[in-house]
Amino acid sequence: MTIHDDPYAGTTETPEGPVFNVTGQDWDTIDVEGIEGDHLVVNMGPQHPSTHGVLRLILEIDGEQILGARAGIGYLHTGIEKNMEYRTWTQGVTFCTRMDYVAPFFNEAVYCAAVEKLLGITDDIPERAQIIRVMMLELNRVSSHLVAIATGGMELGALTVMTCGFRDREIILNLFETITGLRMNHAYIRPGGVALDLPEGALDQLRDSVALLRKRLPEYAALCNANPIFMGRLKNVGHLDLAGCLALGVTGPPLRATGYDWDLRKKRPYFGYETYDFEVITREEPDAYGRFRIRLDEMAESLKIVEQCIDRLAATEGQPVMVADRKIAWPSQLSVGADGQGNSPEHIRHIMGESMEALIHHFKLVTEGFRVPAGQAYVEIESPKGVIGCHAVSDGGTRPYRAHFRDPSFVNLQSVSAMCEGGMLSDVIVAVASVDPVMGGVDR
Amino acid sequence: MSDDATPTGADPKPTDADRTQDPSHETQNELERSEAHDLEIVEVREGSFGVHGTGDTTGFGGLRRPVIMPGAATPPFGGWYDDVAQRLAAGDGLTDAIEKVVIDRGEITFFIRREQLAATARHLRDDPQLRFEFCASVSGVHFPNETGRELHVLYELTSMTHNRHIRLEVVAPDADPHIPSVVPTYPTADWHEREVWDMFGVVFDGHPALTRILMPDDWPGHPQRKDYPLGGIPVEFKGGTIDPPDERRSYS
Repeated sequence: MTIHDDPYAGTTETPEGPVFNVTGQDWDTIDVEGIEGDHLVVNMGPQHPSTHGVLRLILEIDGEQILGARAGIGYLHTGIEKNMEYRTWTQGVTFCTRMDYVAPFFNEAVYCAAVEKLLGITDDIPERAQIIRVMMLELNRVSSHLVAIATGGMELGALTVMTCGFRDREIILNLFETITGLRMNHAYIRPGGVALDLPEGALDQLRDSVALLRKRLPEYAALCNANPIFMGRLKNVGHLDLAGCLALGVTGPPLRATGYDWDLRKKRPYFGYETYDFEVITREEPDAYGRFRIRLDEMAESLKIVEQCIDRLAATEGQPVMVADRKIAWPSQLSVGADGQGNSPEHIRHIMGESMEALIHHFKLVTEGFRVPAGQAYVEIESPKGVIGCHAVSDGGTRPYRAHFRDPSFVNLQSVSAMCEGGMLSDVIVAVASVDPVMGGVDR
Repeated sequence: MSDDATPTGADPKPTDADRTQDPSHETQNELERSEAHDLEIVEVREGSFGVHGTGDTTGFGGLRRPVIMPGAATPPFGGWYDDVAQRLAAGDGLTDAIEKVVIDRGEITFFIRREQLAATARHLRDDPQLRFEFCASVSGVHFPNETGRELHVLYELTSMTHNRHIRLEVVAPDADPHIPSVVPTYPTADWHEREVWDMFGVVFDGHPALTRILMPDDWPGHPQRKDYPLGGIPVEFKGGTIDPPDERRSYS
C-alpha cells in the first residue's frame, strides 16, 4: 500500500480550518506555506516503551507544550469480570489475580475479603492465615513500589535505577516462588484463608531476604534523593493538589503526597492491621518527586510490618491457615514439589485409597463449589497504587452473579490530563510514571 | 470491614443455616430468612444442573430456588445510619428521594429515585454533616428478570471526613436506560460511567462525553449484560460441540 492509498492520510476540512493527517513518512506531502498555527495531535502509544504497557495518550501539542492530553485505554481488556461469572467463587481468584499483575496479592485479597463478607466469615479466618496475608501483601507492596521506581527511572534514562529495582524485586519474587510456587498470578489467597502453609525453611529465607532488602533500599535514597538531575526532572512535575485528588478520586501515594494521611490500613483496618506497628508516610510535595519519596519510605514501613509478621508466624507454627468450616474450606491440600505446585501426595492417598466420603466431599467442593447467600458486598483495601475495591453480588449460587473491581490504576489514570496539560512533552512521561498505572488493572 | 465504623446491632450476621451446602435444603432456609428480614424475591430458578421438564429421573428437575435479595429495612437503622438517612432526606426537594433503605452485612444501601440522583449526590457531597466527598466506584448489575428494574447502577461513596461509607443504588428499566450523570458533582465518575455505559448500555444524561472506554468504539452490544450472547467456539469432537459458558450445565 502506498501512502496515497492510506485512508487515514490526506487533508480534511473542518470548521477550525484544514486538518492534515500524516501517518508516517509522508510529511513531505504537506504544503506548509500559508498555514497558521501548528497544533499537532499526536498519538503516544499504545505501543510506546514508556507508557507502561498499552496506554495510548492522545496529545495536542504546540511545539513541546501540551495543550490537551487524553488517555485512551481498553487495549488490554480481557473480560476478567465477565469470565468470573462463569466460574466458581474459588476459581474467581485465578482470574482476578491477573488484573494488576504487578500487585497480584492485592487483587486476590480484596476479592476474597468480599466473598468472606458475603459468607459472613470475616471474623472466622484463622489468625495464621491473616498473618500470612498481611506478610504477602506487604512484600508485594515493596515489589510493586520497586517496579514503579525502576520503570520510572528507566523512562527518565536512569538505567541504574531500573537494574537495581528489578534486582531487588527478584529477591521478593523468589520468596513468592518459595511460598506459593509461582512468581506471579499466584491464586494463593483463597476465600477462607490461604491455599497452603509456609513450606519448611521459608522463615529463614524470609529473614535473610528482609535483611538484604534493608541493606539495599537505602541505595535508592543515596542514588536519587538529592541527585540534581533526578530532582530537576521530578520536582514540580505532575502537580495535583488535595482538592484535585479528591475530585478525581485519586488515592495512594499521589494523595498522601498532598499531606493527607488517607491509608485504609489505619483508617479502616482489615486483616488485623490495627495490631501492627507502622507509620503512614505523607509529604507536602504533591508532585512526582513527592510520590517517589513516599514510595521509598513506604517500602521501609512495609519491611517493618513483614518483620513483625515473621515473628508472629514463628509463634503460630502449625496452626490452621484455612477456615474451620469444611463446607467452605478448599479440601485439596497443595504442596510445592520439585516440579512446581500440585496436590499433596498425602491428600491424594487419602481420597483415592482411604475414604470414599472424602473423595465425594472433594469432588463436590471442587466441581460445584460452595453456595454464597444472596446479597452484595463492597470491600476496599489499600493497594500500593491506592484504594482497590471489590463489589461482589451473589444470587445464592455457586458462582459470582457479578464481580466488579475498583482498580486504583483505572481511577488514578484519569488525573494524567490534569497533571500534564500546560506542561512539557517530556514531563508527560514523568507524570504517567508518578501515577504508576498498570494496564492489566486499568483494562481488566 | 472496619468494626468501629459499623453501628452494633445493624448487621444480622448470617448463621450457619444460611451457609448450608445441600441444595435440597436451600429453598427452605432461604424462605425462613425472608420471613425474618422481609427479603425480596427477584427471580425463581427451576431445575438444577441443566435438568428441565420430562424425562428427568433424577429429581433435580423439580428443584425450585428463589433468588432472594435482602429486603428493605425500617427505621431506626441504628448508629450513624439514622443521622445520614435523616440528613439526606432533609435536603432541598429530597424528601422522597429515598425509595428504600437496605442494611445488609454491615453496609447501608440507599435506593435513590433516578430523577433525584444528581441533586442527592450534590447534597451528600456538600452538606457538612454528610460530606461524602469521595466517590470510590460506580458499577452496574443487570437483573433481566426484575421487570421494570432491570438495570442497577451502584455508587460507592466514602466520607473521609467522618470515615463512613454508603452505597447509592439507582434502578432503570431496560426500555428506558437513562440515569442522570453525577460527573458535575464527582468528576472521578467520568470513566466509571463510561465503563457502565460500555458494559451495560446505561445512558448517563449530562455526561460530558459518553463513549465506549474498554471495548472498541464500533463494538456492537454491551458485554456485561446477562442477555449478551457469549458465542462459543465450535470444537468438534466426534460430532459434538462445546456450548457457550452460559448455555452449559451448571449448578447455579
